[in-house]
Amino acid sequence: MNALVPLPVLLPLLAAGLKLAIEPRRTGLQRGISITVLAAVTVIAAVLLVQADRYGPQVMYAGGWPPPVGIVLVADRLAALVLLVSAVTTLCVLVYAIGQGMTDSDEITPLAIFHPSYLVLVAGVANTFLAGDLFNLYVGFEIMLTASYILITIGGTGNRVRAGMTYIVVSLVFSVIFLMAVGLCYAATGTLTMAQLAPRLDALPEQVRLMLQLTLLVGFAIKAAVFPLSSWLPDSYPTTPAPVTAVFAGLLTKVGVYSIMRTQTLLFPGGRLSALLLVTAALTMVIGILGAVAQTDIKRLLSFTQVSHIGYMLFGIGLATPAGLSGAIFYIVHHITVQTTLFLVTGLVERRGGTTSIKRLGGLARVSPLLAVLFFVPAMNLAGIPPLSGFLGKLGLIRAGVAAGVPLAYELVAISLLTSLLTLYAIAWVWNRAFWSERGRIAEPGQVIGHREGIGGTPIVASASPATMIGPTVALIVFTLAFTVWAGPLVGYADRAAADLFARTPYLEAVLR
Amino acid sequence: MITPDAVLLATVAVLVAAGIFLVLERSLTRIVLGVLLLGNGINLLILTAGGPTGEPPILGSAMTRRMSDPLPQIMVLTAIVITLALMSFLLALAHRSRQLTGNDEVRDDDEDRRVILRAAREEARLRLREEIERIRQAATEQGLHAERRTRREVRAAVRRERRELRRRLRAEWERQMAADDPDRAIDSTMGEDAR
Repeated sequence: MNALVPLPVLLPLLAAGLKLAIEPRRTGLQRGISITVLAAVTVIAAVLLVQADRYGPQVMYAGGWPPPVGIVLVADRLAALVLLVSAVTTLCVLVYAIGQGMTDSDEITPLAIFHPSYLVLVAGVANTFLAGDLFNLYVGFEIMLTASYILITIGGTGNRVRAGMTYIVVSLVFSVIFLMAVGLCYAATGTLTMAQLAPRLDALPEQVRLMLQLTLLVGFAIKAAVFPLSSWLPDSYPTTPAPVTAVFAGLLTKVGVYSIMRTQTLLFPGGRLSALLLVTAALTMVIGILGAVAQTDIKRLLSFTQVSHIGYMLFGIGLATPAGLSGAIFYIVHHITVQTTLFLVTGLVERRGGTTSIKRLGGLARVSPLLAVLFFVPAMNLAGIPPLSGFLGKLGLIRAGVAAGVPLAYELVAISLLTSLLTLYAIAWVWNRAFWSERGRIAEPGQVIGHREGIGGTPIVASASPATMIGPTVALIVFTLAFTVWAGPLVGYADRAAADLFARTPYLEAVLR
Repeated sequence: MITPDAVLLATVAVLVAAGIFLVLERSLTRIVLGVLLLGNGINLLILTAGGPTGEPPILGSAMTRRMSDPLPQIMVLTAIVITLALMSFLLALAHRSRQLTGNDEVRDDDEDRRVILRAAREEARLRLREEIERIRQAATEQGLHAERRTRREVRAAVRRERRELRRRLRAEWERQMAADDPDRAIDSTMGEDAR
């Protein structure tokens, strides 16, 4: 029993409740609580990471009830790693959002609505990572989604209501499918604790097991935006404010990928759906990046590259080898931070240039060299230019694909190389048009460039971004660069986590004892 | 003989089928109803997953063997609460959408709208080409003197098509502006509420 395990879920929830009780005008206190709580979660996640790596999976039985009846929270190597990365990311995004709120003197609304919803979202994400039984995983998803519904329609403007409708309806369909899978699993095995489900599912008839596996996979594929089920994502994400888009893009789809990884390794080992996963991975990569190439808006373009890069993680999971899983884990970690950073920088670009349309932007590198550097580093990282972590992640996956030695894996290797090249093309296009070209007029600082969305929208003034917004962006970029510098230990950790997932016994023994 | 379980499962099937049918609608209110039906269907499914009915699962009131399984009931309770919260949020969203656009329909995304406009332009071009072809043919039948009149008619046809396309573009633009303009939205609803 480790009492630290539930804290990443409980602390943000408590803080969200506390904030509702405090008067929203006490801005200093409100902000202080948010930052303190998320910093504490980061520290706890780091401690859990060390503990899980040294002493095996950390387990907590809620209320002291043993597994089949009570809720069990498990922090194994994989869960602790993604928890730590998501905690660091959410903390940086929060500081960025506070910076944006302070400079826009838009004090009350974000504090009263944005902060509690954001904290609940963080709690939901942590709960999905730590959930040890399927129903708690469902609850975690619902906590996260409910908060995301509020964040995606924040302000209630026409555009956000339209995008929010699509997003919410799609997410509701996901919830229904997932809940159905939970019910079917219970009907088939009489338990939902994953550690108990694993051996019982092995004993089921082949067809029943395949049906359960497919139902769960379809559900999570909606949330992870895997190709045939991905068209909701590029439409709904770009309309939200920059910090919200950043955290959605960084975390929400990865939660889906994490759930696919967890269920496909722990509950349904042996890679029976390998071929299906690999084919959908290839389709996701190609269709996503072709969509990105056709876009003229940076936010939409990034959303499409995000869909495309989900394919890489799916590729690693589909290989169903320890090397493939390790590559996928490394890629998840890399992609959470890089995607978040890129959306944060796009937010800075929008503040400076007044738009994110590639056709209207131009000459940003001349006007603001700092902004250009901030965009260039994560963009090259996303495209996979050596020696950055994007390159290392892709290299790991490609080596795993070659080592697997099946024809389909070789095809996937070729397709992932092509996707990488097309990502570079799309990113280079943004760079050339928005940053390097001399065409396009950038407003002078102080010029009114638009009106804030929302009721009684105040004018937006083009401005050099404040340090409170640049700071967290730089911190995240440094964090991604740390993946490159300490790639050796990180790959070693990912290998150990993948070996745990593949072997299953450490997890099962820790939970059932 | 039909066992109670079969009846329940048939109910699940009907509820889920009706739910899916409603979720495929465009109006958000119907989607709300659809999701409610779907949710109820799945909740019943989870209840049937708990096995045959039995005594209330309270310790000491009956033999443990004859009690019904309490876990599915707990799960269903949780699911009901979640559905309730989400439905109220969706209804609020439908109301907000009605404030903004006058209806609660789930609109096409930007990409779709762009594709539709592009298709409309393509169609207009085809129509125009046919029209010009027709005028030319009529002109050649009438002989050389019709040259000037042909040119005038072609120009008129082009102008007509352009006007039509511009009208559609403007309508689309208006709709979007109305949706994105908070002042107008609030004014219109305040008027409606006063009535």
